[in-house]
Amino acid sequence: MKKNGVKMIKINSKNVDVFYGKKQALFNINLDIEENQVTALIGPSGCGKSTFLRCLNRMNDVIDICRVKGQIIINDFDINDKSCDVVRLREKIGMVFQKPNPFPKTIYENISYGPTIHGMAQSKNEMDEIVETSLKKAALWEEVKDRLDEPGTGLSGGQQQRLCIARAISVKPEVILMDEPCSALDPIATAQIEELIDELKKDHTIIIVTHSMAQAARVSQNTGFFHLGELIEHGSTDKIFKNPENKKTQDYITGRFG
Amino acid sequence: MNKNKEQLLNKRYKAEKRFRLYGQSAIFMALLFLTIFIFKIFSTGYSAFQKTWLIVPVTFDAELMMLEQNPSKEDLKDADYYDIALKSMADLDPNANEDQENELKRMVSYFFEREIKRELLNDPSLIGKTKDVYLTASDDLDQVFKGNYPRDLPEDQRRVTDYQLKIFDQLVEQGRVESKFNLSFFTYPDSREAELAGIASSFMGSIFSILVCLMIAFPVAVLAAIYLEEFAPKNRFTDFIEVNINNLAAVPSIVFGLLGLGILLAVFQLPRSTPLVGGITLSLMTLPTIIIACRASLKAVPPSIREAALAMGASKMQTTMHHTVPLSMPGTLSGTIIGLAQALGETAPLILIGMVAFVNTIPGSPLDPAASLPVQIYIWAESAERGFVEKVSACIMVLLGFLIIMNLFAQIIRHKFEKKWS
Repeated sequence: MKKNGVKMIKINSKNVDVFYGKKQALFNINLDIEENQVTALIGPSGCGKSTFLRCLNRMNDVIDICRVKGQIIINDFDINDKSCDVVRLREKIGMVFQKPNPFPKTIYENISYGPTIHGMAQSKNEMDEIVETSLKKAALWEEVKDRLDEPGTGLSGGQQQRLCIARAISVKPEVILMDEPCSALDPIATAQIEELIDELKKDHTIIIVTHSMAQAARVSQNTGFFHLGELIEHGSTDKIFKNPENKKTQDYITGRFG
Repeated sequence: MNKNKEQLLNKRYKAEKRFRLYGQSAIFMALLFLTIFIFKIFSTGYSAFQKTWLIVPVTFDAELMMLEQNPSKEDLKDADYYDIALKSMADLDPNANEDQENELKRMVSYFFEREIKRELLNDPSLIGKTKDVYLTASDDLDQVFKGNYPRDLPEDQRRVTDYQLKIFDQLVEQGRVESKFNLSFFTYPDSREAELAGIASSFMGSIFSILVCLMIAFPVAVLAAIYLEEFAPKNRFTDFIEVNINNLAAVPSIVFGLLGLGILLAVFQLPRSTPLVGGITLSLMTLPTIIIACRASLKAVPPSIREAALAMGASKMQTTMHHTVPLSMPGTLSGTIIGLAQALGETAPLILIGMVAFVNTIPGSPLDPAASLPVQIYIWAESAERGFVEKVSACIMVLLGFLIIMNLFAQIIRHKFEKKWS
């Protein structure tokens, strides 16, 4: 989104290096993410795009041997700084995973979990409202409104993934990270999710990792191409797909490797 | 070439057939042993659930009981029943001499006085009247009636005399011998007399021990497992701890008994022979079992659930307490029950801490001396009387029943509450 013709930058990463033990997985990544836009990260398997995504909400903390260097600045604040509280960070930066992973609880509880632990609702009514708006935004409300107390794991794959999206937006995050959200879904469910992503970018900044270049072309405004742990090229999706500067990008996009 | 392939195929089929056969015969062997074992126990033990009673006419003679006119309830309690009890037994044979009267007395348990007293206390109007009273037959006659007694042995080699047998046969003919369900087996404590021995004391001892064991082992083990699995850093030291927990599970139980003896009894001076000490000792044994079960079921919770919670901004603690631990509970609980079932059948450590003592009271708390079911089996198995042989099997049946119920419960918990992933 442009304000007075200036791009609004939401996330600004500077010289990010990631190591798994002694092996370096990411090399000197400098990538700016635009606010209220969809940014797609593409590249062959093992290129580090998911690793980079997980740096943005510090999910790599979970992995013992993983170390992250460099700065990732969100709202003028370096999230790799010691003073950064991961709980507050992840409240602001939601995440949707590759495989739908609803909690083995009811649909209602799946959505209400985030608002509950962050104390976002004062009453049952407020919570009901949050659950309803979240499900509506995730285009799932019509399908589940009569069975909110049924287990979330009983839904179909596509519904489960939308439930996970609803869960992520229930705490009103500024950024939503999506790690190949459609790779476990069929084409119809994929189309629904893509439509949803387009809708969600009004309120959220979205970063999506995808294997499908067609998907990247359909949903994103900006694209970053990763290869062997390096960010080869990034820019507007139009430019990357139609007129890439780097030979490798061109080869990957035209399907010559990857 | 083609023929060669055919041969190979045949060989493969045959190998598979043989393997199936081995497997089936292994299962058959296992079932056979189990059947023999169960059959042996049942055939020896089922008769212990029946008890033989002699129905003896008792005359409640106020004079013999030293009762005055219109006695109060208190008077009845304090009255002397020994004489009328003796007299009713002696009256079975009006021509008996003094020796024979003594033999007649030994045809019933030494509780006969108490059984007569209970009859009168239930119905004080019996004073001066005669009533048929059920008296517990001596264990030898009990065995005679059940057909387990070698009557054809020479008289000097058995404890039942020819005279007693003669009177007993007369009573049987008159329909004055009856077999009824042996309630006292469940309500009486242990006794030196087989006909009066019951499992109440050891049963309660087992229950108290298991409760103490559960209350100590469960919280400690679950906290240890959660910490090790979810919070502890993975390094040499935690690896070392893990190895040692596994070692602890393999320590012979008698070693824990020595530990209980040396530390709980000698150093801390806890009361000997009590379920408290027994339970603490057993909890040391159960601890590694529960830790291992709990860690296994924590490991079985898919990491995607932890990631989902963490990504929602839940802290490590919240992720663990809200998601991981509840999901691991079915596995943990069934592991706990199986650990407790093991502890329930444990004998050696309890013998060392003195729960093998002869206890003829029913414990009311974990601080009272008690035996436990497996130890009771051990005590009775050492006794020579025929009456105890069937009691051993009966006690094994009770213990097995207990264990089967616990294991069934563990299965039900696992199947009913465990979430399926896929």
